[in-house]
Amino acid sequence: MKNIVQASEAVAIAVKLCSPGVIPIYPITPQTVIVERIADFVNDGELNAELIHTESEHSSISAALGAQAAGVRTFTATASQGLALMHEVLFIVSGMRMPVVMAVANRALSAPINIWNDHQDSVSERDSGWIQLYVESAQEALDTVIQGFRIGENKDVLLPAMVCLDGFTLSHVYEPVEIPSKKEVERFLPRFRPAYTLDPKKPVTMGAIGFPDTYMEFRSEVQKAMLRSSAIIKKTNSDFRKSFKRGYGNGLIEGYRISDADYAIMAMGTVCGTARVVVDELRKNGIKAGLIKVKAFRPFPSAEILAAAKGLKGIAVIDRNISLGYEGALCSELRSLFYSRKGPVIKGYIAGLGGRDITPAHLKKAIKNIGKKGTEWLF
Amino acid sequence: MEEKICEIDSEEYFAPGHRACAGCGAAIAVRHALKAAGKEVIVVNATGCLEVFSTPYPETAWRVPWIHGAFENAAAIASGIDRALKHMGKRDKINVLVFGGDGGTFDIGFQALSGATERGDNFCYVCYDNNAYMNTGIQRSGATPKFAATTTSPAGKKVHGKTEYKKPMPLIMAAHGAYVATANIAFPMDFISKVKKGLEFRGPAYIQVYASCPRGWRIDSSMTVEIAKMAFEARVTPLYEIEKGIVAISRKPQKHVPVSEYLKAQGRFKHLNEAEIKELQENIDKEWDRLLKLEETKIMI
Ligand SMILES: Cc1ncc(C[n+]2csc(CCOP(=O)(O)OP(=O)(O)O)c2C)c(N)n1
Ligand code: SF4
Ligand SMILES: [Mg+2]
Repeated sequence: MKNIVQASEAVAIAVKLCSPGVIPIYPITPQTVIVERIADFVNDGELNAELIHTESEHSSISAALGAQAAGVRTFTATASQGLALMHEVLFIVSGMRMPVVMAVANRALSAPINIWNDHQDSVSERDSGWIQLYVESAQEALDTVIQGFRIGENKDVLLPAMVCLDGFTLSHVYEPVEIPSKKEVERFLPRFRPAYTLDPKKPVTMGAIGFPDTYMEFRSEVQKAMLRSSAIIKKTNSDFRKSFKRGYGNGLIEGYRISDADYAIMAMGTVCGTARVVVDELRKNGIKAGLIKVKAFRPFPSAEILAAAKGLKGIAVIDRNISLGYEGALCSELRSLFYSRKGPVIKGYIAGLGGRDITPAHLKKAIKNIGKKGTEWLF
Repeated sequence: MEEKICEIDSEEYFAPGHRACAGCGAAIAVRHALKAAGKEVIVVNATGCLEVFSTPYPETAWRVPWIHGAFENAAAIASGIDRALKHMGKRDKINVLVFGGDGGTFDIGFQALSGATERGDNFCYVCYDNNAYMNTGIQRSGATPKFAATTTSPAGKKVHGKTEYKKPMPLIMAAHGAYVATANIAFPMDFISKVKKGLEFRGPAYIQVYASCPRGWRIDSSMTVEIAKMAFEARVTPLYEIEKGIVAISRKPQKHVPVSEYLKAQGRFKHLNEAEIKELQENIDKEWDRLLKLEETKIMI
């Protein structure tokens, strides 16, 4: 049965179904509804978890690190300035291989201060060693939180995961959502059994100093785990499809009318919904358009994108972020993927910053201008 | 006062062979705090000298579970551990003991410590106070005493070392409702009993232990304990507890040692003139009187 729920609530429901034991929380728009709903669940006795009302996001992610190290599944959520404040600790959580799951209700970064959606907050944490999965719908948000725990806790991965949902554009939108039962989720997501915990019976040292003779080995282990996670994400998506009769492309990317397309829009998050409509309209007008939705920004789905892009003449990349002084981050990744390979023309667009709408007209223009040089701003 | 050394746990939880400087007060403090805590403990450590000298991967000096995250978040990590233990039903069996330097406690980690204390999370936070950021090479902190020379508050021709007094952390922590105690590495039995009390206290406990640093204080490594004792006798670091907001002085110096003796023994104060020494003495007398009054009147902090 489908329920009409807000995407933020869908995230909270997913969290309840996954039963984390500790949840540090801190308010920031547009993420706040997620932790408010979780607080309702805890205070109504529907979720047996310790809420930690921290005094900052820096402490939220630090408390998550401590709880996870003690051996308990941990969830937290944030956005924008909160994620930026966490920056330092994000690297510590991944470096110490703690599979924390965090929802990010994507929001612009100051200045000027702006509470509306773009991807600058999480894209700026691209190199932090967190798996990043961008979702398009409330259902996908719910499903991806459940998958996030299973992916991160896999012993071949042991990495934290961000589930990124567009602030307001998705977080505050009500959609019909299929809510799985607790039993079904428990069958899909086994109990968290960490290999090492802070346990007086088996004392371990966590977070030691790594000198130049060991530091690189630690970093290369994180990189190897990140690369291994691609296959685990795909497998988790296909297992999820078997259990729940729904999935999202191959877990890393999702194509829409892409197999025979000449031109494609490539994007992350809710703009993909708009892009599907535009693709249909363009096709009615004889333009063979398609969509490549990038769900996993990290690990970057190189092989999957190469396969999906076969036969394409051009790709219009819609970046809801900008690496100031260069171009959009997704566009850069794509260009480097195709470097010294025969492939489509790649055209970068900066759009939808700070909550600016991305309209069908913008996306049609993006396809039309694919042959033009330079990064274009879609105001 | 007689000290019964035999009551100290003979087990060593802090292994020898770590890389602290000879005569490091922090290492002494940790060895004793761990004896107070025993085996059933989880230790959280802020970035600083202690974390660096005790865990050069793949070596570790810690025979108990230990975690380090960053410089300013030890109290927040402790919160997470405390609540995880509570969730697992293990809270009564395992203690959570935190070590932070004065920089990691008075300054950059203050917000996290204040937050965790306000929440009433259950941990014993030991601030080993060596009066400066030692790990980065002796820089001024909120715990550095007035006029002390550090590399960022040097004894210049115009400015004579640090220009401010030390932040009154124990009183600030007492105002949070924590169990508070000051301690000194020269009085291990007193320190150990306070750590035990802090761990038994159901809620946040804050213990500030005076831990000499030969490198930073410009003293010979053989002087570590001697200097700490002088600090006590000169009333630079009174020993007291604050329980439920009420001050109780743990012990009073038998003889009155002028602060000049304590200052003269250390290179970091060698630039001080008579007027500055007088100012420090007056401040010490004032602070001591305040403490006596707090104890006498039983005014709740
Ligand atoms: C966010 C951050 N800022 C600065 C540093 C650099 N740093 C590492 S240890 C340290 C000094 C620690 O001083 P204290 O807490 O007094 O401990 P001590 O070294 O004296 O034992 C500093 C400034 C850091 N690691 N992290
Ligand atoms: S610098 Fe001071 S605190 Fe640091 S290890 Fe040496 S003596 Fe100990
Ligand atoms: Mg210090």
